[in-house]
Amino acid sequence: MLTTLYRIIKYGVQNFTRNYLVSVAAILVLFLAVIVFSSLILFGVVGERAIYIVQDKIDISVDFKADTPEDEMLGLKKSLEELAEVRTVEYISREEALAIFKARHEPDSDIIRAIEEIGENPLRASLNIKAHNPRDLSVIASYLNNVAFAPIIETVSYNQNYLVINRLVRIIDIGRQAGFLLTIILAVIASIVSFNTILLAIYSSRDEIGIMRHVGASNAFIRSPYILVGAAYGIFAAILGVLIIAPFIHFISPYIDVLIPEMNLWSYFMSNVFTILGYNLIFAIAIGVISSFMVVKRYLRG
Amino acid sequence: MITFNNVSKKYGEHEIVREVSFKIDPGEFISLVGKSGAGKSTLIKMLTGEERPTKGRIIFGQYEVNKLTNKELPELRRHMGVVSQDIRLLSKKTAYENVVFAMEVAGRPQREIEEVVPQIFDLVGLSTKMKHFISELSGGEKQRVAIARAMVNRPDVIIADEPTGNLDPINTWGIINLLAKINELGTTVLLATHNKDIVNQLEKRVISMEDGKIIRDEEKGKYALV
Repeated sequence: MLTTLYRIIKYGVQNFTRNYLVSVAAILVLFLAVIVFSSLILFGVVGERAIYIVQDKIDISVDFKADTPEDEMLGLKKSLEELAEVRTVEYISREEALAIFKARHEPDSDIIRAIEEIGENPLRASLNIKAHNPRDLSVIASYLNNVAFAPIIETVSYNQNYLVINRLVRIIDIGRQAGFLLTIILAVIASIVSFNTILLAIYSSRDEIGIMRHVGASNAFIRSPYILVGAAYGIFAAILGVLIIAPFIHFISPYIDVLIPEMNLWSYFMSNVFTILGYNLIFAIAIGVISSFMVVKRYLRG
Repeated sequence: MITFNNVSKKYGEHEIVREVSFKIDPGEFISLVGKSGAGKSTLIKMLTGEERPTKGRIIFGQYEVNKLTNKELPELRRHMGVVSQDIRLLSKKTAYENVVFAMEVAGRPQREIEEVVPQIFDLVGLSTKMKHFISELSGGEKQRVAIARAMVNRPDVIIADEPTGNLDPINTWGIINLLAKINELGTTVLLATHNKDIVNQLEKRVISMEDGKIIRDEEKGKYALV
């Protein structure tokens, strides 16, 4: 058993080193596939983050009537929090609303003065409601449109904005589906190109495979060194992929920051570098091993 | 040891081998003769499991070859040593490595390899050229390496398909004498050839084929095809 294992490794190393130009070509093509794969992961993260930020800005605002007692408003807040669709409910009292208003319009002294001249707080208390899924905002809006709440609610923002909200929800869904589809298509193309390179790499060894069969080598014994080499291509390509993509991420990270301030791509990359390397290894080794297995299988027929 | 029972092989509508039946006993030397296209190589490929018969049974020792799966074929092939006209050696390896390779893939232990391989090179008369690369050897020497490789796992039968097809007369006789010597040591030899001089001089059993059929099977036969 150990002798067989030693011989499989020996033939694998010989295949890898004696056909080093073919090995380098196969690693480079797999490396390109890894770059595509890593980019898809990272831009998937950026895209998800962007979608999350947009999604987080979609909410329902409920303005209460001026004379609504605070305990009734807090009662509605509590009942909303009990809904499964609701993520957060923020209560803004009239005083807080005034403070926020003043802070926002501080440079414009005319507006601040006008407010003070009115003599009383013209702003209403309100609730800001965010859903787990923006699609569920319609459910929450229906709940708020219940006649029981009519005496205390002045306006529900969803009723005015639902067209915009629905359009945003659709754009988010299409963005997610397009990203998923693009990932699948590019990953398949990268896999096919890599498969063909490995096919050519093993094609140069078809005589050797024929001779191994000729002298009575078992199919598993013939296949194993090539599978080992396919895995080695994958390991080298995955490591090379992370090493090459790192400076690229470092370079583009500030530009992503400008577009999505809440996202620091470089720190995300650094804190997840081993996870990304792990995914790359799984992807590249799988392509290397599966391609080698399928190619050798073609030469083992008959 | 080897039995062909009513074996036929068709490619599409074209029948290459037609209802062939014969038996080979252990230790025999058989010349399988016939013109190109007579069906000799197809017969040999069916025996080694490279091709499957359309009809009939092929028995080799304990194996019913026509029923073996792809997974079972390697075990059968370890009982056979095959030598062909196109030699099929690994050009990037030395003569020694080519022979060792056959033992390694058959799972032989290292100690046995180191003991047996020099003996085999001695038998084929290439002891001094063991470490030469294949490209440094003549056609006759390459064929000797191929025979050494075929012999090294002590097969029950050596199957030689036109082994002298590309060789000059001197090397041809060197290879035929080597096969005769291997046969004298007890190994069955099946030699496919269309070389009349070889067949006539060997004075061994001759099976003659024409248009996929056996037309003659004679002990101490002669090459009788026109």
